[in-house]
Amino acid sequence: MKKTTIKVHQPKSFNNRRQFLKLGGLAVAGTGLLMACSNDDDQNMMPPPEGGIFDLGEGDLGVLNYAYALEQLEADFYTKVVNSFYANITDEERQVLTDLYYHEVNHRDFFNAAISAAVEGNTDLMLPTLEFDYGDLDFSNRAQVLGTAKVLEDTGVAAYNGAGRLISNPDYLLIAGKIVSVEARHASAIRTLINPNSADFAGDDVVTVDTGLDAALDPSDILAAVSATGFIKTEFTANNLP
Amino acid sequence: MNIINFLDDFTTSSILEGKTSRRDIFGTLGTLGKKAAMAAVPLGLAAMPKKTYAQSMNTDPVGALQLALTLEYLEDEFYDLALQSGVLPSGRPETVYMQISKHEQAHVDFLIAGLEGAGVTPVSKPTFDFTVGGTFDPFNDNGVGQETAYAQLLALAQAFEDTGVRAYKGQAGNLLGSPFLTAALQIHSVEARHASEIRRLRGLKGWITGNERGAGMPDATQPVYNGEENVMQGGLDVTTLGSGAAFSMDASTEAYDEALSGDDAVAIASLFIVEE
Repeated sequence: MKKTTIKVHQPKSFNNRRQFLKLGGLAVAGTGLLMACSNDDDQNMMPPPEGGIFDLGEGDLGVLNYAYALEQLEADFYTKVVNSFYANITDEERQVLTDLYYHEVNHRDFFNAAISAAVEGNTDLMLPTLEFDYGDLDFSNRAQVLGTAKVLEDTGVAAYNGAGRLISNPDYLLIAGKIVSVEARHASAIRTLINPNSADFAGDDVVTVDTGLDAALDPSDILAAVSATGFIKTEFTANNLP
Repeated sequence: MNIINFLDDFTTSSILEGKTSRRDIFGTLGTLGKKAAMAAVPLGLAAMPKKTYAQSMNTDPVGALQLALTLEYLEDEFYDLALQSGVLPSGRPETVYMQISKHEQAHVDFLIAGLEGAGVTPVSKPTFDFTVGGTFDPFNDNGVGQETAYAQLLALAQAFEDTGVRAYKGQAGNLLGSPFLTAALQIHSVEARHASEIRRLRGLKGWITGNERGAGMPDATQPVYNGEENVMQGGLDVTTLGSGAAFSMDASTEAYDEALSGDDAVAIASLFIVEE
């Protein structure tokens, strides 16, 4: 089984966690939250409910878990990319892929902390750390790495765009907005690396020509597409999201 | 509805009159002369709205869409004029501007249709002055020369796209629960794709580090980037999430784009709007 080389860090300070609770919405200030997860070396969060398959949940928590799943995938993918760059990588490609790795790891750990705060210690409600398997994907192959990055970034954009309407807490909506535009910046850069000097950065394949609108997809569509890649080994469901 | 009413008479003239800051802010882009003083008012810091325009639309989806339309008018005309100017080198720059221009035109049409569909009269298209009173010459109309004009075209495009991303983000909350939210998000991410490409065309990263406006950007564009250095997300300092470069200040600010208030977006746009 492959394991990421990046540890999922918990926030260092309990004060930060309490501060986070002020986000509101799902979070209710309390004591004793997340003591089970306070060990910095505890990479695996709580296991999913025994005998059952984890469901992302509904409402804002469902969206947070959904975003966490996608960010875990992106972070894990780029971790593998940067740990063994394909041969003859250009300086520009190395810089872009390294930045994307940083950003996605930051996003992943942000959602880890956000959900930890939101579920207030009830980690049965929190998506566990996922396991990944990239099958035949060849990380030494530039076209495969950049092609996969393009799919992941475009998918992230469409996922956040489609999930916005499912969010009821404006603070969460704002954070989703802060992240989705960075995913779109990534997608643009990756697309230009793949096809320089082209209009692909916002290509007609992803931005509808007559409206100028990017894609927006429901979780069920996104997760079906992600599932089709076979990348995510850990089973979970999204029965309470559209 | 007249744009001037909508913007609550934040006209170019009122912005530019009576300011005292006189730093040579456009030096890197040349052509200063006697009109340099007019450009010495940093974007967005000029003439902040006195009538609290943004407050009046704080919870108003229509106001959010009208602001969006105003920004799209600005971008659409800018790219049209850029493509007509002959300043853009063929190849990548022209290809990029053509694709962006196509989207901005579509956004204008889409927002007008959306507002009219909701029974609202869209704001009228303002009269724009992309020279900001003659300080810039992005279309080489006044003979600044192709090289300088092109540098200005790129710098303005970056400022407009990065502003657009922040402005849409700032209106998302006003569209919460509105049928327009998803469409606004779909435009927002297209602006971010544009921004990344323009920045990279200029030799920068596609994302914003700290509050850096980037090499070659006039000081006056700094208000477009102020606040981007924020690391507090949802009450949590994301630099404390872990150790290593992924949680450095650079990565932690790059990983999250920040919102711009309606006031700040209007103030930036207003510098390029002329009262008729």
